[in-house]
Amino acid sequence: MNQKKLMLYQNMLFIRRFEEKLTELCKIEGKLPGMVILGTGQEAVAAGVCGALEKEDVIISNHRGHGHLLAKGADPNAIMAEIFGKKTGCNKGKSGTLHIAVPEVNALCTTTVVGGGIPIAVGTAFAQQYKKSAAVTVCFFGNGSADEGSFHESLNMAALWNLPVIFVCENNVYSGAQRMEEHTRVKDIAIRAQGYGMPGVVVDGNDAEAVLKVTAEARLRCLASEGPTLIECKTYRWRGHGEADHQVYQPKDEIALWMERCPIKKIENELLAEGVISKQDITALEDVTAMIVEDAVRFAEESPLPEPREALEDVYV
Amino acid sequence: MQQITMGQAVQQALAEEMRRDPDIFIAGEGVGVGIHESPVMPTFGLLKEFGPERVKDTPVSEAAIAGLAVGASVLGLRPVVEIMFNPFFTLASDQIVNHAAKLRYLSGGKSSFPLVVRIKTGAGFGAGCQHSHNLEAWVAHCPGLKVVMPATAADAKGLLKSAIRDDNPVVFIEDMGLYFFPTPVPEGDYTIPIGVADIKKPGRDVTVVTWSKMLGVAFKAAAALGKEGIDIEILDLRTLVPLDKEAIIKSIQKTGRLVILHEATRTGGFGGEIAALAADEAFSYLKAPVKRVTGPDIPVPFSPPLEQFYIPDEKQLIEAVKSVLL
Repeated sequence: MNQKKLMLYQNMLFIRRFEEKLTELCKIEGKLPGMVILGTGQEAVAAGVCGALEKEDVIISNHRGHGHLLAKGADPNAIMAEIFGKKTGCNKGKSGTLHIAVPEVNALCTTTVVGGGIPIAVGTAFAQQYKKSAAVTVCFFGNGSADEGSFHESLNMAALWNLPVIFVCENNVYSGAQRMEEHTRVKDIAIRAQGYGMPGVVVDGNDAEAVLKVTAEARLRCLASEGPTLIECKTYRWRGHGEADHQVYQPKDEIALWMERCPIKKIENELLAEGVISKQDITALEDVTAMIVEDAVRFAEESPLPEPREALEDVYV
Repeated sequence: MQQITMGQAVQQALAEEMRRDPDIFIAGEGVGVGIHESPVMPTFGLLKEFGPERVKDTPVSEAAIAGLAVGASVLGLRPVVEIMFNPFFTLASDQIVNHAAKLRYLSGGKSSFPLVVRIKTGAGFGAGCQHSHNLEAWVAHCPGLKVVMPATAADAKGLLKSAIRDDNPVVFIEDMGLYFFPTPVPEGDYTIPIGVADIKKPGRDVTVVTWSKMLGVAFKAAAALGKEGIDIEILDLRTLVPLDKEAIIKSIQKTGRLVILHEATRTGGFGGEIAALAADEAFSYLKAPVKRVTGPDIPVPFSPPLEQFYIPDEKQLIEAVKSVLL
């Protein structure tokens, strides 16, 4: 268990440092093309959920997806190069930060259409059931997605057909600039599960171990042909919708409160208290993490941009 | 040769392909038993032969049906899903337009989405404008999709087999007006390539480019015009994307005159694309302006005389053909 916990810590720390680097790069004019959307503060969801998965399990991600992909095992160099719009990126510069697909680790789709990935997760789970493979699908989406019609259609169909899919609602309090109470009347998205005939679970989304535990349980239910689960992870978006968002609508004390609940600090303190790691271990881990992130940036910077006419490739098979 | 309707030809293609490849499944509203269970409908008998694992009667959830196809196809299945009527495509459009069409590109060519979306269409059933609305130009406007719209039962069978075997998403639009008239269809396995138009009637004087149900209108006009010594060439596109430009240009080179006939409304219709192609790449062969015969820019009305007014007929086509011969 200590090993698992340590792994969660390492993964979260890596996601945090990777995204902090993006925040830094965003401030340098002309460094990163296009918008950048980060999940800082939400790392426990990515690490906890993916920590319960096997390689053949599928994830469907969304616009706030770097953490999901990295936690699933995607190559950070290829992710960074894609964010830079380089030819060596996972998707040859076709997708950029927002739509990265990493089929090598079964991260098959990142969609920026809010709620757009949920019906696709029904499809991948259907294929897993059809082929009788011992694999499940996880679909990550935000609280805003639960207002989309696609959420309703998909959860209904997944439950009806008993599909091996875990719907992970990453509730970070905001949907664009709207607080939860401004976009829905319920306090917990998870209670909607009842309306579809599947279990709904609320979990502390800043507690990676708790997230891992409920995901592992949901995964076992999927594999036992007991159908889908809706997991709502309560967390918080430290930064704006995107890096261009000045967060005028987010109270400063609220951000400060949630920063105190940092999922990484939490697990770090626990690991220290339990004697699993020492301060020196943390320093060493920070150094290694920084090195991997720097390597990824160097790889991306040194990689060539695609030739303009490569835009015409990859539309059809 | 067997005489069957387009609905039966589609059914044969589905059944034969499902027997050939266990990765093919079908899904949609009423594809199992359903409210349209009848021997002339395209999914008749498939539930009985292939069982509920491969013939998925879905809830009324077009977005989920389309998403089911997207997700299942990326893991290697070959879904053939049905959208009951073309106007309901709007409910599935996010999955088809933003996902089926774009996800391969977004993966940098790493993933493929070998799915078919079958859509029933066509005015003439007194169903009104929310059941009758030909939207082929919308889908043809989305790079990443192939768009097939057969006019005969024989073409439908061969083209649907090609669509199912294609590794790209294919939108396959069937006009229900063709579901009820038996025509000759070869038995057994054959395919017709996607992207190849077909000269359904060679002619000397005017090229009529058309597709789907309007082929019948073109033949009626051809018979009447023939009596007056006017010999039209009927080119059935069969596929809108990829477009068989060569066949269109070749026919214009031969006749020097072009009339485009489609049931969909005029403005932004796919006929405009054909006219633009003629202007761009066959201008020097044209001896007369290009004419379009299309549905008027109105929703498909309900009352029989109004609906008949909507659907282009041979009289309009004859008039257009004569006008380019003046």
